[in-house]
Amino acid sequence: MLATETSSQTTTFGARARTLLLSQEGVLLVILVVSVAILSIFSAPFRTVENILNQGRLLTEVGLVALPMTYIIITGGIDLSVGSVFGLSAVVLGYTWDKLGFPLELAIVVALVTSTIAGFVNGWFIVRVGVPPLIMTLATLAFYRGLAEGISQARSARGYPEWFYQLGQREVLGVPTQLWILVIAAIVAGIILARTVFGRSLYAIGNNELGARFSGIPVNRYKLLIYTFSGFMSGLAGYIFVSRVSTTRSDMGTGLELDVIAAVVLGGTSIFGGTGSIAGTMIGVVLIQLLKNGLSLAGMKGDATIVVIGLVLIFAILVNNYIQRRSGAS
Amino acid sequence: MTATSEPVSPAAQPAVLSQITGWLHSMVSSQEAVLAISLIALTVSVSLYETLVLGREAPRFLAERNIADILQGNAYIAVAAIGVSMVIISGNIDISVGSLIGVLATISGLMAVNGFPIWLAWLTPLVIGGLVGAVIGFLVAYLRIPAIVVTLGMLSILQGGLIIMTGGAWIYDIPPEFQLAQQRPLGIPMPVIIMIVLTIGAALWMRYTAYGRAIYAVGGNAEAARLSGISPRATLMRVFIINGVFVGVAAVLFATQFTTIQSTVPPGLELFVITASVVGGVSILGGTGTVVGSTLAAVLLRAINSAMIFFNISPYWLRAVQGILILITVLADLLRRRRQLK
Repeated sequence: MLATETSSQTTTFGARARTLLLSQEGVLLVILVVSVAILSIFSAPFRTVENILNQGRLLTEVGLVALPMTYIIITGGIDLSVGSVFGLSAVVLGYTWDKLGFPLELAIVVALVTSTIAGFVNGWFIVRVGVPPLIMTLATLAFYRGLAEGISQARSARGYPEWFYQLGQREVLGVPTQLWILVIAAIVAGIILARTVFGRSLYAIGNNELGARFSGIPVNRYKLLIYTFSGFMSGLAGYIFVSRVSTTRSDMGTGLELDVIAAVVLGGTSIFGGTGSIAGTMIGVVLIQLLKNGLSLAGMKGDATIVVIGLVLIFAILVNNYIQRRSGAS
Repeated sequence: MTATSEPVSPAAQPAVLSQITGWLHSMVSSQEAVLAISLIALTVSVSLYETLVLGREAPRFLAERNIADILQGNAYIAVAAIGVSMVIISGNIDISVGSLIGVLATISGLMAVNGFPIWLAWLTPLVIGGLVGAVIGFLVAYLRIPAIVVTLGMLSILQGGLIIMTGGAWIYDIPPEFQLAQQRPLGIPMPVIIMIVLTIGAALWMRYTAYGRAIYAVGGNAEAARLSGISPRATLMRVFIINGVFVGVAAVLFATQFTTIQSTVPPGLELFVITASVVGGVSILGGTGTVVGSTLAAVLLRAINSAMIFFNISPYWLRAVQGILILITVLADLLRRRRQLK
């Protein structure tokens, strides 16, 4: 639509390709393609369909949480408590089923409701009391993790019935079940962000919150909504994780917030708010997972691969800053 | 408080009363006083619980060993929190502190085991910490990458680098003279001495020197600071280097407290340090706070930990208590500010 309106001015194919390439998503896509090419050439196990699908399974949890995190960071906020909500959801699921004897279906619902409330509490304090998001979610990072530890008393729950593993360990039409959920959720989240009043308002809030308020955007209601959404998605990711690894422990999801924020920021969402996209975030999530996988196949110890992620993160931001400055100057 | 015991003429009483309430007001409005009062209240209530409910003649909470443990148990957290408080006051954040402590403690321990002079094993973490701080400072101050992103990247690099180097192995057979944290000059544990000296030194430096005041100025309003002749870039650079050195000291204390060192990053450590700063009254928005507050907060967190054992509360609830504590502090701070605005 935009292209037809402005085509009379400058938008030739070349110019459009150039803007696309110079956007953060463009830069990332190039990095992604190059790294996949290199990894495929040097590692035979990497380029199998099985491996790629399995990687999809592994990145789902981070991907699901990264969707609301993109919304939140676009508004200029942050949610550090996602890893703890993730763990709380897992523990509540296991505890209500194993210790309180709830039917498993009900336990799942209770876990999801608990995490949604956890997100709502974050949002309520941020919006109504005016606690800065960084502090509020830092406090609940400790508090929700503490609840998970206190409830579970460091005991795990396992031995779930067979149907429970459908979500985490089985396939639908040859594709891991949870990957379907992620793909659908990402598309819906992307459309909402790009094409609805609500989505566009998030950018307005991030660019100028007071201005957004004065132009009649229900800033408080939208912010409350996205933090609640973040709680729900973290809880859902926690449930999927339990289904994938077949057990419940209170330390699950420790450090998840850093993986998620790294993916979102790598995907071009400015930590100061106002810019970003779901497509960028998804490329960030995939890039991080493929780099981890490729490097560990290349013989690097699993946990050590985060070195490269740190380097890529800083490097990508540097390149982006440089490009922004140059395009701003010209 | 002492004024009440002095003989007062009836005519002067209202003035004295209002003075006392004024004092009380200003005391409660400073976070340091609130923390000190909380510490005292906690100590009194645990001691009363022990004597009245459990019927012990001498409260074990007040035993010398327990007091020493409360004071030194979180000393390395307090030392790291001094640096992090400066970073937060300058309007930035550092979430790589925990990883840096893990890396520097490992380097220090490996040097001691491999026959380097002990003083060099103590000094090297400070130097490397300062260098890492310089890198972070350069990226933040001169290349303008947000501190949370830089330190998130640094966290990954340090954590992964440590695993590549050591694979998370334990370090054994550390020479006894390396154990700085276990020395007790004049009967006082070394970590306590270091914590107190560094806290007072840093507090005086921040309050009375131009470089120290500049940190508040930059954190409060970087543009105004620049217009009044302060270089925000140089100030930030300085703050991150100092932070690195303090983290180095914390790492040495951490490495020398036990007879073995595990060469991994202690999980959640950076959060503990930031918690100490925030509960100590350092505003995450920058511009306000003191390192005396953060040190008191670190001690208070340890005292709460200890009190929970006496009250027979499962230590698994500790984190939940910490979270509530951050929340209460922040809410109190918000209320205080609102009242000041009125």
